[in-house]
Order: sequence, then C-alpha cells, then structure tokens
Amino acid sequence: MEPATDVAPSVRRSAPLVAVEGVSQVYRTGATSDALVLEGVSLVLNDNEIVALLGRSGCGKSTLLRIIAGLMRPTSGAVRIDGVAVEAPASQVAMVFQSFALFPWLTVLENVEIGLEAKGIPAPERHKRALAAIDLIGLDGYESAYPKELSGGMRQRVGLARALVVHPKVLLMDEPFSALDVLTAETLRTDLLDLWCEGRMPISSILMVTHNIEEAVLMCDRILVFSSHPGRIVTEIKVDLPQPRNRLRPDFRQLVDDIYARMTERAPGKSPREGLFAGTGIAMVLPRVSPNLLAGLMETVAAEPYHGRADLPPLAASLQLEVDDLFPIAEVLQLLRFADFEGGDIQLAEAGRRFVQAGPDARKKLFAQHLLTYVPLAGHIKRVLEERASRHAPASRFHDELEDHMSGELAEQTLRAVISWARYGEAFAYDEQAGLFSLDNPT
Amino acid sequence: MDIRAVTHTARTWPLGLGLRGLVPNSYDLVVFVLIAGGFAALAHAAREMGEPLAVLDVTPVTLDPAHLPEYALRTTTRMFAAVLASLLFTLTVGTWAAKSRRAELVIVPALDILQSVPVLGFLTFTVAFFMRLFPGSQLGAECAAIFAIFTAQAWNMAFSFYQSLRTLPGDLDEVSRHFQLSPWLRFWRLEVPFAAPGLIWNTMMSMSGSWFFVVASEAITVGNTTVMLPGIGSWLAAAIAAKDIASVALAVAAMAVTILAYDQLIFRPIVAWADKFRFEQTAAQHRPQSWVYDVVRRARLIKKISQPVEWAAARLRSLSRRGGGWRGPSLPPYAGKLADACWRAAIVVGIGYALWQAAQYVRLTLGREEVVAVFGLGAVTLVRVVVLIAIASLVWVPIGVWIGLRPWAAQRVQPLAQFLAAFPANVLFPVIVVLIVSWHLDPNIWLSPLMVLGTQWYILFNVIAGASAFPTDLREASALYRLRPPQWWPKVILPGIFPYYVTGALTASGGSWNASIVAEVASWGDTKLEATGLGAYIAEATERGDYARVVLGIVVMSIYVVAFNRLLWGRLYRLAERRFRLV
Repeated sequence: MEPATDVAPSVRRSAPLVAVEGVSQVYRTGATSDALVLEGVSLVLNDNEIVALLGRSGCGKSTLLRIIAGLMRPTSGAVRIDGVAVEAPASQVAMVFQSFALFPWLTVLENVEIGLEAKGIPAPERHKRALAAIDLIGLDGYESAYPKELSGGMRQRVGLARALVVHPKVLLMDEPFSALDVLTAETLRTDLLDLWCEGRMPISSILMVTHNIEEAVLMCDRILVFSSHPGRIVTEIKVDLPQPRNRLRPDFRQLVDDIYARMTERAPGKSPREGLFAGTGIAMVLPRVSPNLLAGLMETVAAEPYHGRADLPPLAASLQLEVDDLFPIAEVLQLLRFADFEGGDIQLAEAGRRFVQAGPDARKKLFAQHLLTYVPLAGHIKRVLEERASRHAPASRFHDELEDHMSGELAEQTLRAVISWARYGEAFAYDEQAGLFSLDNPT
Repeated sequence: MDIRAVTHTARTWPLGLGLRGLVPNSYDLVVFVLIAGGFAALAHAAREMGEPLAVLDVTPVTLDPAHLPEYALRTTTRMFAAVLASLLFTLTVGTWAAKSRRAELVIVPALDILQSVPVLGFLTFTVAFFMRLFPGSQLGAECAAIFAIFTAQAWNMAFSFYQSLRTLPGDLDEVSRHFQLSPWLRFWRLEVPFAAPGLIWNTMMSMSGSWFFVVASEAITVGNTTVMLPGIGSWLAAAIAAKDIASVALAVAAMAVTILAYDQLIFRPIVAWADKFRFEQTAAQHRPQSWVYDVVRRARLIKKISQPVEWAAARLRSLSRRGGGWRGPSLPPYAGKLADACWRAAIVVGIGYALWQAAQYVRLTLGREEVVAVFGLGAVTLVRVVVLIAIASLVWVPIGVWIGLRPWAAQRVQPLAQFLAAFPANVLFPVIVVLIVSWHLDPNIWLSPLMVLGTQWYILFNVIAGASAFPTDLREASALYRLRPPQWWPKVILPGIFPYYVTGALTASGGSWNASIVAEVASWGDTKLEATGLGAYIAEATERGDYARVVLGIVVMSIYVVAFNRLLWGRLYRLAERRFRLV
C-alpha cells in the first residue's frame, strides 16, 4: 500500500496538524452542580509523531479524543485540524476503539469497507482498497469471516484496517490494547510500530489514549500526562529513546519511574490528603475499594522485600495491577492516614504498621477509629445517628444530601464505599432491605 | 494476471455473468419447486380476493373437506398480508418514535395502551369502514379481516423495534457517526440488523398469537352485516353452527398442518439466516437448523440470481447524502424546554378534550348507573382472571420446575408447550360447551377455565425456561446442605425462577382478558351460554351493533388492564429486577 503522497514528512506547516485550544467540557450533573470534566486543555500535534494522552480512567482523555474527532462539541474552546476548525465529525481523522466496535453482522471485508461506503466510493475501488488494507495488517484470507469467528487481537486488526483504509491524516486510538491479553497486545504493538517505522501506513501522526505507563513509553515520542478532577494536562514528557525500545534498559525504567512520580505529585495549593479526591468535606467522591484490598496492600508493603516502603513500578508489576487499580487503593490508604503516597513511592505510616501487626478484632477497631476521624461522611453519619433518639436514619437522607454536590451515580458510589468500610469496622450498621443506617448490631 | 482480481470481477459484475456455475444442481430443483409453488398459490389467492361479494352468496362456506386446503391457503394469505402490513408499520412508526422525542411522547404510551386494549373490540368499527371503502367487492371484508389480524400483531412489533433502537450499543453508534454514515445507510447497516433478532422473534410470536383472532375475524357478524370469508375461521363457525364435531376436528388438524408448513418453509429458514445478527460476541454452541435454509445455500443457480438482487440492494443503500452532523440542538437549552412544555400542554389538552367528548357521548346515550354497572362487571371478570391465574400457577409451577430441572424432559416438553401456547384455544371451546350443556353445569363457574385454557401454557413454558436456566452450582450447594422441600421451595427455586414466572404470568393474564370476550359467551348450535362479566357485555353489544356500549365496555376493560399492569405487574417486575436477578 503506497503511503499517501500528499503528506511528506518534512513539509513545513504554517499550522500544526491538530491544535486544541483551551478546550473545556462541563457535564450538567444535578440541578445546581456541574462536573468539570476537562479544564482549559491545550495541545498541539505535529507531523510524523506518536503522542500519548496518559492518565487514570475517568479523567476525561477519552472525552478529549472524541472532541478532537468531532463526535462531541466542547463547552468552550476550539479544535483545529490543519488550521480548519472542527464543526462536525471530522474526515481527516479515524478512530480505533477500545471495544473494537465491529458490526457483528458484516464480514471482515464489509466492516473495513464501511467508511468508504459512507463516502460513496464505488464498489470495485472499495474492494481494492479494503483488500489492500486487510493485507497490510496481516489478516489476508479472513475477508469473508465474521467477527464472531475472530479472536480479540484479530478484531482489533480489523478495526485498524477500517481506520487506515479511509486514509486519514491523524489516527486516533482510544486505549486500543487494553481489552486484549498481554501477549496479543504486545504482538499488536510491535506490528503497529513496525508499520509506522517503515512508513507503510498512510497517516501522518498518531494520537493515543492509554492508562498503561509502560506502553506509552514504549511507543510514543511525546507523553502528555493528565490529571483528573478536573482533567487537565499536568506535564509533557519527551521520549528520545531510539526505537526499538527495550523495557529492561535502565533509561527506560528511569523514565517509567519518573512518570509514576509525576502522576502522584500533589497539585500545588491543594490540601495534602484530600486533594486527590474530587470535592471536599462530606462531598468528597470516594472510590469503592474493598477493605480486603486495603488490608492486602498494607500487608504486601509491610512484608518482604519492601519492609514498609515500596517503589510503585515494581509493586504494580508484581501485583499485576495497573495504575487504575493500584492508585485508588493507595489513595484511600492515604486518606485514612494508614500510608503516605507520594513521589512515586508508598510508605506505611505508624498506624499502618500497627494495623498489619494486629489481630482481626484490633484491626476492626483501628479501622473504625480512622474511618470516623478522617472520612468526613462517615463521621457525619455517625453524628446524625447519635443525635437521633431512635438511632436510625434512612440512607436516602444522606443520598439526597450528597446529590446536592455530585451526580446521582457518584453519590451512590460514595455511599456504598462508606457502607462497605463501616460494616468492616463495625462503626455502624446498614440494613439493605429497609435502606436504614443504625447504631444497633444487626440481629 | 492476478487470479483474485479475475474472480472478483466475475463475482461483482452487475449480472454476475461469469461462466462458472451456470449448471443447476439438484438443490436448485427443490428451490425452484418451492418458489414456483409459492407464487402460484399467492396468485390464486389474490385473484380470489378481488371477486365481488355476490360470489360469496353463490358459493358459501361449506363443510366439504375438499375445500379445506383452499380455505387454509386463504387464511394463511390473510395472516401474511397482515404481517407485511405490521412490518411496514413497525419500520415507520417505530423509527419515528425512536428518532423524535416529541413523537415518542405520544407514540409510546399509545402503543402501550393499544397492546392492552382487547383486539376484538376494534373489529366493530373497522368492518363498517372497510366495507364502505370497497363496496360490493370481497376486498372490503378481506381488508377488515386483515386489519383485525394486524391490530393483534403491530403494536408488539413496533414496541420491540422501538426498544431495540433505543438500546443501540454505544460504540457502534459512535462508529456510525464517526464515519459519517448517512441516516439511510445507518438505518440499513446498523439499526435494522441490530433490531432484527427481536423483530423476527416478535413476528413469530405475533403470527402464532393472531390465529386466535383469525377464527374470530373471518366470520364477521356486526349488527346486520354478516360476512363469512372463505377460511378456516368460517369453517369453524359453520361447524359450530351445525354441531359437527368431526368438522371441528378436521379444522384443528388443518390448522396444525398449516402451522407446521409455514414454520418449516418460512420461519425456520429466516431464523437460521438471522443468526448472524445476534449481538453476542461469541459463536453460539447451538445454532438454529433449517433444511430449507441449507437447501437454498447449496443451490447454485439461486446464487447467480441473487447477485443482481444484491447489486440492487447495494445501489439502494448508497442512495443518500452524507450525514453525521453534530448531535443535539444548537438552540439554547431554555428554547428547547419551552417547545417541550408547549408540546406537552398540547397533548394534555388534546387528550382531555377527547376524553370529555367520549364521556359526553356515553353520558347522553347511557346513564351513570350503566357505567357503574359496567365497572362492576369488570370487577367480576377481574376476580375470574386472578383466581384462574392463581390456580394455573399452583398447578403448572411445580410441574414446570420438575420438567425444567431435567434436561431430557425439558427438551421434549418445551417445544410442545410453545406449540400449545400458540394454538388457538377457541377452537376447543365447542367441546367444553357440549360438556357444560350435557351435564347442566353453571356457566358462570365452568365457562371461566376457557379464559385460561390457551394462556396457561405461557406460565408453563416460562417456568420450564427459568428452571433450565437455574445455575447448577446453586443446585449442587442446596443438595450438599441437604435442604428439604419446606426450605428448598421458598428459599432456592422459587426466587430463582421468579423473573421468568412474572413474564409468563403477565403474558397469561393479558391473554386471558382478551380471551374473556370470546370465552364468557360460548355457543354450540343454537344453544348459547353466557356468564356474567365484562367480556360477555362486550360480545353481546358487538352482536347487537350497539356502538355506545361497545365503546364503554372496551374503555372500561382497557382501564382495568392498564391499571392491573401498572399496579401489580410493574411492581413485581421491578422487584424481580432488583432482588431476584441471577447475574
């Protein structure tokens, strides 16, 4: 497949390929409250580079990608592709989806042709181009297969062929390898990098969203690190390592370490512990982390070889946890003052050490004590229960209170998190059927 | 020269004039016979339909077995005509409701209520209308019968299509907008294929459900007008009037054969073909089989003929402008809300006016006492429905559980139960009437089981499905802990099958209300048995041609059904969703 001749790598542009200028996105969550998903994001994508948007899930990177593709309109700010503002789904970009998004009732060939069919390109030429694209990504022979018959890796290749066949200038990838197992993802990554380095793909640049730090360092020329609540670009990191990159080399590992550190950096001006969660006081949005995971992480960090202080990259690798899974646990431990989480390390605090060494009853007492002291919502619920004569309070009362500050879903999630922790520590009881909090022990 | 290019050209030339495979094989012969036979039958039926009404007087419906195949053909043609009309209705109205929020506000509640309104009630008004549309020709009566069958099918299908469109998978929707598929292309590439499995299933269910109404709609007696269209329904009516049990049995047999025929020749191949539309990402272990589908796949000549058809379909799909604009209005939010509020106000005013007009009409022609009396009759029928569903549950739930927990039994019984559910029970009513008359039983009590005769099977086969789907590990756990029946029933199996039971009982109760119109008044020859109830009221009023009372009866029945659905079944459904979901 000939590379597109209209884009030579060294052409000088007057405007960058993609320019995002001060884009903000707001979701209306309640009557009064709004969730700021993206705040003043600006970035530039030039020719012939692979750029990653790296950050935790839910920090708005996928939203930003859809705004760039023209699938959503930003609340404020603008996106320009080649100097032209994006007003509708843009035709110079093509997207590869995390869930592959293939039509189950179309064959591989028909799936790849769908973009060309929509453009009104006649059938013989469609066939030719689609067959060439399928050949390029290595699925030759599978043209008449249905997606049900293919494995995950093959489906993503079809998704890639579908994106490439329309000859876009920019290839957008939304966590393309996260739904695949480790081996398949690795194969696909290397194949993609091969095609890129040999210039066999008819595209100028790639913009990739990922939450896997190693993948970003492996593939990209530039990494834009995102924070969440609200989503904004925290820092930009250039990766100068030559391809092919080796995960075991010291400069690679140093870069990964560096990025972990930057991701756990505190934003300036925010209070040290609560700054990691959106909202303050009882309106803090809490993640649902099971007490087993909290106890498990504390025990792991206390044991060999960390002895109370663990460097994040090897910890994540040994537990096979990604950033999305590990960070919430560590953040909750920090909120409860059981650990300190900063600078790319997690360190057990004094209370954490005591927790690890105690027996089950003592652990519960300690946990409950910290829960009531450091999680404002839990303390608030306990106070309300103590004030009432009947020692009961309906959960809906607290749910409504929380909904003044956050969306219904997040309120539900926060309340569930507190219920789960309170039950573990036996701080107060919750009756699911009646929807009641109470200070009595469950009978 | 690239071999692939050559074969591709041969495959994609508009008329597929490649030389390979022009020789027909044996499968082609079978397919040809099927298609030729189908066209011939259709042409014959169509010609007969256009005959003038006078012909019916000259050659009325006779109980001569030689005519039975022709009557079966006419009935089947009517039903398929109704299915086509329903499909057209579904694709237009269902799509409109899914795409336009304002239309949705009106269409969805309307469909919901229309699903609950007794179908036979419509017959009164539409017969007169259609007869006037085609004066003197049989076509008027045919249209009335087809319309009656249509009203039994269309609402379910439209509702299912609308729901499929509203639950489109998000990522496929994004792909369509991203590649800028025009609305027309998107409709045929995304929306219809996604909705196809549900639509096909609903069409099959509607087809079986409408046999019940065929029997009632072919022998049309409304006021002074009596038309007996040639068909199995009229045959049955004539057999009942002549007290001819043998003919009734023949009709039942003919019905069974017809159902088997169109199931094998039409529905099974469609279900086998539509397996590719299933949205699950893994191939099913158990793919639907159809010999007709296999034959068509292997017929060579047919493939050649189908190529120009495919080419035409592809050209049709590309008949469109590019699409994929931004979603959502570009008006400020308050303008949108204002328009919404105005639209809602208009709807409320419209409904209020219509209700007031109807109330005036009823008040002027009947009295308030009559209205109250009708509500009372409705209460009687309600009690009957509740009691009968309860008895049917008590009988069939244990049996269903026993069968469902044993796969060898379930495999055999499940299709049988489905067939019984589809079979129109009103065919068997004459038998029961004979029994009641000869044993001098009280019709008020003994006519009631007729209401539930056809619908109790829904409870059975849903319970069987629920018990088959009960997780094995829960069964094993309860066996390990040696749970005895007093604990096992309320704590293990009944909660497990609860959602399935609710589905079955809901369908059964809805069907029973409909059945009450033909079950509470049953006749055999010149003996007519009547029970007190709303169904009898409506049936009597229809026969007398008393429009006002028919309207009153239907409205009251609709109110009962809708209220019952919302208060009881809606709650049970939500309970099943929240507490008893096994996933």
